[in-house]
Amino acid sequence: MSTTTTSDSRPSREKAPAGEKVADWADGRLGIYSLAKSNMRKIFPDHWSFMLGEICLYSFIIIILTGVYLTLFFHPSMNEVTYHGSYVPLQGQLMSEAFNSTMHISFEVRGGLLVRQIHHWAALIFLAGMFVHMMRVFFTGAFRKPREVNWLFGFLLFVLGMFTGFTGYSLPDDLLSGTGVRFMEGAVLSVPVVGTYLAFFLFGGQFPGGDFVARFYSVHILLLPGIMLGLVVGHLILVFYHKHTQFAGPGKTNNNVVGMPLLPVYMAKAGGFFFLVFGVIAAIAAIASINPIWSMGPYRPDMVSTGAQPDWYMGFSEGLIRVMPGWEINLWGHTLVLGVFIPLVIFPLVLVAIAVYPFIESWVTGDKREHHILDRPRNVPTRTAFGAAWISWYFVLLVGGGNDIWATHFHLSINSITWFVRIGFFVVPVIVFVITKRVCLGLQRRDKDKVLHGRESGIIKRLPHGEFIEVHEPLSQEALHTLTAHEQYQPAEIGATVDENGVERKVKGSERLRSKLSEGFYGEDSQIPKPTVEEYKEITSGHGHH
Amino acid sequence: MKKLSARRRHPLAAVVVLLLALAATGGLYAAFAPASKAQADTTAQSLAIDEGKKLFSVGCASCHGTGGQGSSDGPSLVGVGAAAVDFQVGTGRMPAQQPGAQIARKKVIYSQAEIDQLAAYIASLGAGPTIPTKSQVSPEGADIAKGGELFRTNCAQCHNFTGKGGALTHGKFAPSLEGVDPKHIYEAMQTGPQNMPSFPDTTLSEKNKKDIIAYLNAVNGDDTESPGGLELGGLGPVSEGLFGWIFGLGALVAVAVWVAARTAKAKKS
Repeated sequence: MSTTTTSDSRPSREKAPAGEKVADWADGRLGIYSLAKSNMRKIFPDHWSFMLGEICLYSFIIIILTGVYLTLFFHPSMNEVTYHGSYVPLQGQLMSEAFNSTMHISFEVRGGLLVRQIHHWAALIFLAGMFVHMMRVFFTGAFRKPREVNWLFGFLLFVLGMFTGFTGYSLPDDLLSGTGVRFMEGAVLSVPVVGTYLAFFLFGGQFPGGDFVARFYSVHILLLPGIMLGLVVGHLILVFYHKHTQFAGPGKTNNNVVGMPLLPVYMAKAGGFFFLVFGVIAAIAAIASINPIWSMGPYRPDMVSTGAQPDWYMGFSEGLIRVMPGWEINLWGHTLVLGVFIPLVIFPLVLVAIAVYPFIESWVTGDKREHHILDRPRNVPTRTAFGAAWISWYFVLLVGGGNDIWATHFHLSINSITWFVRIGFFVVPVIVFVITKRVCLGLQRRDKDKVLHGRESGIIKRLPHGEFIEVHEPLSQEALHTLTAHEQYQPAEIGATVDENGVERKVKGSERLRSKLSEGFYGEDSQIPKPTVEEYKEITSGHGHH
Repeated sequence: MKKLSARRRHPLAAVVVLLLALAATGGLYAAFAPASKAQADTTAQSLAIDEGKKLFSVGCASCHGTGGQGSSDGPSLVGVGAAAVDFQVGTGRMPAQQPGAQIARKKVIYSQAEIDQLAAYIASLGAGPTIPTKSQVSPEGADIAKGGELFRTNCAQCHNFTGKGGALTHGKFAPSLEGVDPKHIYEAMQTGPQNMPSFPDTTLSEKNKKDIIAYLNAVNGDDTESPGGLELGGLGPVSEGLFGWIFGLGALVAVAVWVAARTAKAKKS
């Protein structure tokens, strides 16, 4: 590095500058020179969608910072107290200390309400950011080797984020969150055989008891964020280790990364972006109210309000339970509440469906190579269609979770919406899958057309014999490269079933399945063969019309 | 006296005595009978009933029957009381525009005087709850916090925490209580219109109703402040989630696009 060279050229008697001394001191103990050398010039490619993960990281940091402030004033206790604060419509009401202290934070603590709202808005945005970030990774195929583990880290962060959010939302012990906790207790109770024991274990006895706020509190501020912090660090280390992916383009290969170095460009950009994220979230928290517990009042198990929904990231579980018919089986004096238990089983499956897809895809392709160049979603129609179908599935469930709001705001019958969701749960993903695949193939055809015939110039020419033609302009070399850089898999065949000696070999079921899937993924109906050099030459050699 | 006794036998004497006796009883009656004002009121009341009956036969009888006895298109109005009429007609729900899952609020068609006449007519069909007085519905002297507790126990299931409304089955709904005249809230509790259960004074006392009205006035009235900023409809996490996605994440993505576009890029060839 330049600092070391200057020190060499200086007479050794002369005192080194203070900064260099500090750096030397640290290097002797931490080895920062080699760390810095290998990482300071780390290259990151530029694309706005690569900054979605940063949004998540920064909102996570904001959540931790504001969360620490909130712990200074929050009392995680369910002891009953009488409210004597400044909010008139609750004065004299009995409530838990948790609710009372949240009221105190909201009305008496300086900046308390703003910090509470930043904390809550940042949580919603954190989860939304993770969702979008995950979808970016999914649709561009950034989860392929060597990044499968990091995909799982990210997925785990999303799931843990959901539960951290849920436990946090339950802490104020208000009427809305209390209803949510009751819902969760009901789900636990529906588990056959052990449900009752589990629920009693969680709540230290009958619901609501006097324990759950304190328990949720340690889970919310210690256990889950601790694990998440570890996963975030691991996630980032792996990003550094794998280097960032990039979109195809001239000069970009599987073996290089084209972009700007970490120092100084990315440090400045990322640092600035942190403050932009903080600013946007703080502005939103200052503008819009979130979780106004004073309107909801303290939780009492004998009360409930309409419009009782969880925060959006838990909304799909609400949808599952709202649209499930209330089936139950009574056997030998025991009740199996299928109306609650089935949604409880489907709940993790919805999430797992998207999490396992990368592994299914890698099994189908059998591709063991590393991939650092991203796919354009249209070039991988089956994956794109699957992702779109999954999102539509998730969205249908969200509609189910908010069915009452849909009913009142669109003047619909809640029963019709419920039936739409029940049917749509099975039908909508299929329709979306088919449509998305068609759209992808259409876009592939258009790309092919553009490569072979050029861009439509909008200039209409009249030929001497009266025919009108549109002049097409050939694409630049860069554009041609970008449009044809992707590789296309061929469907995996089941190899010869008879060897050279005429002995039939057993074909395993899994092999057949794989071949079938491969045909579905990469067969004739699933991708448009990209233009070859020969085709291009033939058309551009002057025999064509345009 | 001689003169008088001399005419005692006069043929008209009996008539004079009769006139005097009549005048005396009439005078006594006039002196001791209930005030003449009451008499005038009775006349006005019967006049109102008459007028109300006319209005009823024009605007209501096609569904509720010519005598308010009900038909296949509308329920009987015997015993629903003046409060029910004042609520239904005073909020524009009646006369109904069209049958459906629920008759919605709309522009009020009758003047208050006409509504009173209709109410008088319906009240004359059978005893029922009366229109509350001003002091019964005024939030003054009420316990707001108690009202909140009562509201969350009895009303929030359908009307939401602060009366923003909510959905019921098959297209029915609990309407928003924003901007509803306290008198109508009182009458609704008293009479239980459409899908709402009724809360007579034996269930929710007069004081309780006053408390609930005062609570709604405090949390969903014209002067209610929202300490946290925009209320987003007061509907809870659904509207918050939508806002977070569109304006929260949306703004951040826009910022990301802006930052990514502003880089020390090498010049494109």
